[in-house]
Amino acid sequence: MRLPEGGEIDRTKPLTFTLDGVEYSGFEGDTLASAMIANGVLQVAPSLYRHRPRGIFSAGIEEPNALVQVGPEPSLQATTVRLTDGLVARTLSGVGRLTPDSGQRRYDKRYTHTDVLVIGAGPAGRMAATTAAAGGARVMLVGLSYPSGNVRFRGSPQGIPPADGAAELRVLSGARAFGYYDSNYVLVAHQQTLWHVRARRVILATGAHEQPIVFENNDRPGIMLAGAVRKYITNYAVLPGRKAVVFTTNDSAYATVAALVQSGAEVTVVDSRPNPPDLAPQGVEVISGLITNTDGPERLTAVSTQDRRIECDLLAVSGGWQPAVHLFSQSRGTLRWNGQAFVPDTPAQANHVVGAANGTFDTRAALIEATEAGVEAAAAVGYPVPPPPLPAVREREITPASPVWLVPGDPRNQFVDLQRDATVADIRRAVGAGMRSPEHVKRYTTIGTGTDQGRTSNVPALGVIAAELGVTPGDLGTTTFRAPSVPVSFALMAGRDRGKLHDPIRTTPIHSWHVAHGAEFENVGHWKRPWFYPKPGEDMETAVLRECRAARTGVAMQDASTLGKIEVVGADAGEFLNRMYTNGFKKLPVGSARYGMMCKADGMVFDDGVTMRLADDRYYVTTTTGGAANVLDWFEEWSQTEWPELDVRFTSVTEQWSTIAVVGPQSRAVIGLVAPDLDVSNEAFPFMTFRETTLVNGIPARIARISFSGELAYEVNVSGWYGLAAWNAIHDEGKPYDITPYGTETMHVLRAEKGFPIVGQDTDGTVTPHDLGMSWIVSRQKDFVGKRSLRRPDTARPDRKHLVGLLPVDPAELLPEGAQMVASDAPLTPPVPMEGHVTSSYRSAVLERTFALALIKNGRHRIGETLLAPLGDRVIAATVTEPVFYDKEGARRDG
Amino acid sequence: MEHPDWLWRTPEPRRSYDVIIVGAGGHGLATAYYLARNHGITNVAVLEKGWLAGGNMARNTTIIRSNYLWDESAAIYEHALKLWEGLQEDLEYDFLFSQRGVLNLAHTLQDVREGTRRVNANRLNGIDGEWLTPDEVAKVCPIVDVSPDVRYPVLGGTWQPRAGIAKHDYVAWAFARKADRYGVDLIQGCEVTGFITDGDRVTGVRTNRGPIHAGRIGLAAAGHTSVLASTLGIRLPLQSHPLQALVSELLEPVHPTVVMSNHVHVYVSQAHKGELVMGAGIDSYNSYGQRGSVHVIEQQMAAALELFPIFANAHLIRTWGGIVDVTPDASPIIGRTPVENLFVNCGWGTGGFKATPGVGWVFAHTLAHGEPHALNEPFTLERFTTGALIDEHGAAAVAH
Amino acid sequence: MLLISCPWCGEREETEFHYGGQAFVAYPADPESLSDEEWAQYVFFRDNPKGAFAERWVHSAGCRRWFNTVRDTVTNEFQS
Repeated sequence: MRLPEGGEIDRTKPLTFTLDGVEYSGFEGDTLASAMIANGVLQVAPSLYRHRPRGIFSAGIEEPNALVQVGPEPSLQATTVRLTDGLVARTLSGVGRLTPDSGQRRYDKRYTHTDVLVIGAGPAGRMAATTAAAGGARVMLVGLSYPSGNVRFRGSPQGIPPADGAAELRVLSGARAFGYYDSNYVLVAHQQTLWHVRARRVILATGAHEQPIVFENNDRPGIMLAGAVRKYITNYAVLPGRKAVVFTTNDSAYATVAALVQSGAEVTVVDSRPNPPDLAPQGVEVISGLITNTDGPERLTAVSTQDRRIECDLLAVSGGWQPAVHLFSQSRGTLRWNGQAFVPDTPAQANHVVGAANGTFDTRAALIEATEAGVEAAAAVGYPVPPPPLPAVREREITPASPVWLVPGDPRNQFVDLQRDATVADIRRAVGAGMRSPEHVKRYTTIGTGTDQGRTSNVPALGVIAAELGVTPGDLGTTTFRAPSVPVSFALMAGRDRGKLHDPIRTTPIHSWHVAHGAEFENVGHWKRPWFYPKPGEDMETAVLRECRAARTGVAMQDASTLGKIEVVGADAGEFLNRMYTNGFKKLPVGSARYGMMCKADGMVFDDGVTMRLADDRYYVTTTTGGAANVLDWFEEWSQTEWPELDVRFTSVTEQWSTIAVVGPQSRAVIGLVAPDLDVSNEAFPFMTFRETTLVNGIPARIARISFSGELAYEVNVSGWYGLAAWNAIHDEGKPYDITPYGTETMHVLRAEKGFPIVGQDTDGTVTPHDLGMSWIVSRQKDFVGKRSLRRPDTARPDRKHLVGLLPVDPAELLPEGAQMVASDAPLTPPVPMEGHVTSSYRSAVLERTFALALIKNGRHRIGETLLAPLGDRVIAATVTEPVFYDKEGARRDG
Repeated sequence: MEHPDWLWRTPEPRRSYDVIIVGAGGHGLATAYYLARNHGITNVAVLEKGWLAGGNMARNTTIIRSNYLWDESAAIYEHALKLWEGLQEDLEYDFLFSQRGVLNLAHTLQDVREGTRRVNANRLNGIDGEWLTPDEVAKVCPIVDVSPDVRYPVLGGTWQPRAGIAKHDYVAWAFARKADRYGVDLIQGCEVTGFITDGDRVTGVRTNRGPIHAGRIGLAAAGHTSVLASTLGIRLPLQSHPLQALVSELLEPVHPTVVMSNHVHVYVSQAHKGELVMGAGIDSYNSYGQRGSVHVIEQQMAAALELFPIFANAHLIRTWGGIVDVTPDASPIIGRTPVENLFVNCGWGTGGFKATPGVGWVFAHTLAHGEPHALNEPFTLERFTTGALIDEHGAAAVAH
Repeated sequence: MLLISCPWCGEREETEFHYGGQAFVAYPADPESLSDEEWAQYVFFRDNPKGAFAERWVHSAGCRRWFNTVRDTVTNEFQS
């Protein structure tokens, strides 16, 4: 029921909303829960497992019952959903529903540093923030519990200035700090923005959560936390019941009594203490005793004490207050049981806890703590302030609380966790089965694992367990608090890193040409590489055969710009490369190029590529496309951490150069046209050398005679700025020769025909250079990283898996890559001994048949043997061969 | 489901046992159970510094599968899976074992090659597995986004139908209950601080509750194994790292299987009660702090939404960290140590839960006979010297 | 998220760094003279203490310099 006046709602702005298909109205400033209560709707969906009627229980983030689905978003608390016009909500029995997100709201992230972060915008938090900011420190105040809008200074004690004015005081209102990580790193959810705040000091003023009391049938609609009842009356001007009983163990509920009386409700107080304080207004009956049971068809109609039955439609309960220590505990601060609650003990990071969060419930004492914390934080960050005068707040006398962990009754209906529907009977069962640790009981009963993060169940559960075991909750210790302290959506955590922004896309300067010419692309690392260029009507196989044929019989070109490129510079560059590569580079002549291979310390192949010597002290190293960053990291690590005495430096130049491979018997003719100043004869420009020249369109270029196909081939390197222009020049000059662009698939086929392995495809981190049949590249003269590993007993075995060729017996049959090979006489009942697997497999235009590369046990000594690939529905037979299938004598590379 | 009325005693430690197992996680409890069941050895204590099954057993994402690449791994995980298939009956405990299958997605051509290689190897090893096209992936798990216009489109995936999940806590309790019934002492709050030795053999442990003697000692302390072994001067090739995981609120059934993606780095299932259970990547640095860095969780959420746009509005309600002990080849060490009568089972990294019954079986054998079972014979400490690694880094699947 | 102090750039977020494991593990002066056991120790075995750990980081997204530091592996607090 809405009270005729009062509250902080804007009665000039009525809003309509729909709940479970029924339309209601509320006001701007309402939460969904307050608007429901205003319409007399206290009851929500039945409970999760027992299907018992339940009602709105609280007025904030501790709400266990009133879960709602709002549009696509499940499991929101009606008590924290700000009412908006046209809002459509459905009450949930503890289980939400995911639907394809039609709205696709955009979420964002912000990163900020602050001197002092104050979490909690109650009186203590505001006091701490304004104090800390007074000397010029940068202060950020994050309001924890307000669902929306500005931080409100309602009821603030006199003398606390509004926070918004201070120049260095930033206020995030309606925001929730939910994660507190190492080095004062705090995550804050603010609408659709996730704030990452790094603070030099943190002040936690996160308040406290009122605790329920465990008694029989303590879960009916109409039973609410006492503080929530008061909040509904004062903040929202709604009265949840007209005939109220207030059941309390402490003084705080008397403020609720006063508010209820003021709102015209009839009130009876049941106080657990033998001599309740004289705090109730005139005419309110105060009974010393306990509520033992409740009654009602669904909603509450009466409560029972030990000796009386009282008719009522509202029961306001206060079992004491548990400081909100979630964030403090996440920060690794330790907790201490003070006889009533767990309070902060020793901080583990640069933080202070003040006010109710520290177990200090008296307003004056809380403000003193907040002031002291503000002064100390300001001094610690270098902006000292004198202690401000304390506001005039009346000191109150407090009658000690008398906690009640369990009122005798039927344990099956004494609820400890309303959201998880767990009872005292469940706890007894766990303890009775032998469990002693609260962690076990929690897992057995699921208490405290709901979206309310156990705010109204953890401490009562510990109270009940302790009572069962005859100890205090302090003896048990509390369970660990973990982020997030309030639920946050996956989408908020993901932020913008979705869809196209999930991972960077790298493209070469020539990319637009590939797109325009219909290339299909392959993801290689972050790169988009042309895979093949189908002509209209061509499938992949036809296109690749055509591209291969062009490279073997005419001329073809590939954008090889994604190859990693590193300039290695310094007087000791050669010595350094000698230590990295299995083969030598120190004596490589300037103007020449050499293929090299690298191992990790374990002797397994890590990367490979061609290196050119540009000058005595300058090498140009190329790496695999996917391995570029790793190789640069590798070089830097060794040079900095092992051999700082070597004069050598590294610069990644992958993006600075575009590389175009021009391949095929006609490539010399094309290069001759593209680079008219260059003598392209074999004598003047031999294999594995390079020349600096100028292209026909004026572009400076470095052209190398390098071949990854066995054909006569060139690599044209130009500045990345000119990549597309160089590509176009080559394509234009190549037209008379029908120059054919090709992609990675054709490159793979061509190199496989020559038996050149691809690191990462024909190797998998368990393959040595010897295994690849490349012992020629392993220096015997010098040490290199990984060399010693090659001598280990298992690594030196002569019968390891070797890279060999496989020729299917039926030349039309293609072995699938990844096929496992077995001996021809192997029984085909599992487990079948496997001889190795197919690493690469293609149809070859030039061989006019299929062929494959494979890693086969003892393979080099099994040439000629027939192996089988059992593939479920069929078996492919193939003969083991040398891995070089084409031009074994190497006659083609010079054209 | 109903839990049994009785689980375990809370005994005081005796002065000596035939066998002491250090660490009452899933592996320690399963080892104790099989020592009693298979070998008749019941004078056994399992010592736990905290609460039983409170380490990685309580913190993992409960995925069970056996589709590993290498023969040695496949054999031990498949042995475990076969045990899982009869374990609820054997232990007389419904621990919600659900063979809902595991999909390992491929997003690059190299993923496809590796997946194919693994499926072929699995089948020849008698392990169920098949290669699915993107359309077949969508049939198995309709909420996976298999459209071609995402950053890393799904190119297919491997599918092991017999794989699945189980409720981790209940599995531990089931082993604990049966071990307790055989007379094994499960001693919680008992921290091993060192060893009692006689020459080059161990004869007992020192604990915060006094010395306890034993004929043989098995370490099953996951991330803490290095610390224990180092008190004897034994160096193990282990590094302990945080591994984080998370759950959502309870949601109506939406995800029928288990999906893992190495490339986009996601592994997720939906538990019986309805929460989405998801694992994140390993934090890079060594830590015993049982917590990791939050950017790892944020990356995980972004990756999850790439594959499962429908998860956008789900809520993160709890994150946590375990401590995983990782070996250089991502395979465990199970067997002898340089010290007589001391045996280790460690280095399971991110893959320990699924192996639980299999490990218990072979480690119990190792402790009973003083020498390894055929299945754990390859998983020696010596392999790091000889080079005979079992390198699961090379395998396509995320090792979870 | 750790806050890591780069000796060259000052305090920066963990995401700018890569971890390098145990510090002060030198590449053997003469690997060929080592036994298989000694070589395996160098390649595969690293300390894994619970507590103070001398370790390496590299400021990959910053100055790209490697540096040594000491961190407590329980609290994650840097001690140097």
